[in-house]
Amino acid sequence: MKDFMMLFHSAPNPDLNPTPEQIQEEVKAWHDWIGGIGAQGKLKNPGEALGFEGKTMHADGTITDGPYAELKEIVGGFIIVSAGSVEEAIALGKGCPVLNDGGKVEVRDIMVFEGM
Amino acid sequence: MATDQRHLSEIFKTEYSNLVAVLCNYYGLSDLQLAEDIVSETFVRAMKTWSHKGVPDAPQAWLRKVAQNLFVEHFRRQKVFDEKIVPDIKIGLSATEPFEITTRLIEDSQLRMMFVLCDPALNKEAQVCMALRILCGFSIEEIALALLSNKEAINKKLYRAKKVIQQKKRFETELSPTEYQQRLDGVLRILYLLFNEGYYSSVNEQSIRFDICWEAMRLVLFLSRQDVFPKPATHALLALMCFHASRLEARIDGEHGDMLYDHQDKTRWNRELIAKGEQYLALASTGKVATKYHLEAAIAYWHTVENDEKWEHILQLYNRLLRVEYSPVIAMNRTYALAKANSVEEALEQAHQLNLPNNHYYYCLLAELYRMQHQLDQERMCLHKALLLARKKNEVALIKAKIAQNAT
Repeated sequence: MKDFMMLFHSAPNPDLNPTPEQIQEEVKAWHDWIGGIGAQGKLKNPGEALGFEGKTMHADGTITDGPYAELKEIVGGFIIVSAGSVEEAIALGKGCPVLNDGGKVEVRDIMVFEGM
Repeated sequence: MATDQRHLSEIFKTEYSNLVAVLCNYYGLSDLQLAEDIVSETFVRAMKTWSHKGVPDAPQAWLRKVAQNLFVEHFRRQKVFDEKIVPDIKIGLSATEPFEITTRLIEDSQLRMMFVLCDPALNKEAQVCMALRILCGFSIEEIALALLSNKEAINKKLYRAKKVIQQKKRFETELSPTEYQQRLDGVLRILYLLFNEGYYSSVNEQSIRFDICWEAMRLVLFLSRQDVFPKPATHALLALMCFHASRLEARIDGEHGDMLYDHQDKTRWNRELIAKGEQYLALASTGKVATKYHLEAAIAYWHTVENDEKWEHILQLYNRLLRVEYSPVIAMNRTYALAKANSVEEALEQAHQLNLPNNHYYYCLLAELYRMQHQLDQERMCLHKALLLARKKNEVALIKAKIAQNAT
């Protein structure tokens, strides 16, 4: 078993104005999906959801506003799962709610360094 | 007469743990076995004396006095032995100074004992055995019966566990307030295991199962009264136990395990315990951390009510619980809640990914989901697989009954 991080990417949508019901539905979809991974005993770390407050630091010393300045998509959150292979990790990603809104799931293996 | 006997056996059980705890913790006896021997000898004397002269008015006080005398006697003998043979070794004076064994002393000692027994160096089974023996005063036979084991195996486990505790000189090291707090989680975990042992075991001896559950509750209640500890988790555990205990009678009479998704007769649930559970759950709802006991207590609470939203609440609580901890039981119960809250199709799809091929509860879950979907052939196949894997008598009987039902 190896650990993989799933990063959830989605396009920022300034026009998004969800109703309380939609919010509740969205929250439930995420909890049910992560719960399903937990039920397989493969949820290594429930991760975090990232907010919208943020700034980006550049090599030239400038600092720009917003986490998504000049970007077409932002990372909205992550979890860490255990899986035998990257294919298996991808299978766990099936049903991730971000995929319903045109977002993406990036699956990356977590490197393990000997003796650290 | 029968009630007298019952009363006496209760006194022996409680005093066993009280006295062993005091001897070890207050008198600083590092040898758990010696403490147990002294208490056994006390009981032998009680039996002989009481058979002839009748039970004294204050049996507890009698037992405490005798245990204390035997202890002092032992050390006097030891002292003579040591002075003549090993003059270098000195027995601390305090050990032989007579103290009165008071209620306060017992409480302190019991508390300390709980924290000593909850030693990370002991495995789960050993901790449960030790707790049943030393904290609850169960006999070796009773423990063997409760844990579906035999006397020899239990004796071996206890022997090894005592050795570990002695080698590590656990009784000689003072625990600091921080250490007490750090070990609180471990203590709660053992008490939780203890309760589950009584609640889920399939032993037919109901009295033993009940005793284990009540003992676990008594110890948690005792912990909840100690002001040195933060209380939310303890109260949450107590709430959980109250909710579960409210169904104990209904469960045992029906011989139906919760895991088999049978409908219980809710009119037979103990309303008083449910009300207590609600009180403790309210008390537990202070502080910011929701422990697994909070989540499990909340799930147990929702099971006691009847309304449309209950399964959605239960599902979300299981989702949260799985962030804290995985176990096959949690995973299966969550899948059942998914069927109730979302849809049977979704639950079946997820059930197939649980990967619990040697678990008969798993096939019972699949069977139940297929039944809900009127896929009777699939249900039957799963029940037959469950039957092959089930070991406990009452579960085999229940699965057979379901197969019979499926055929009609």
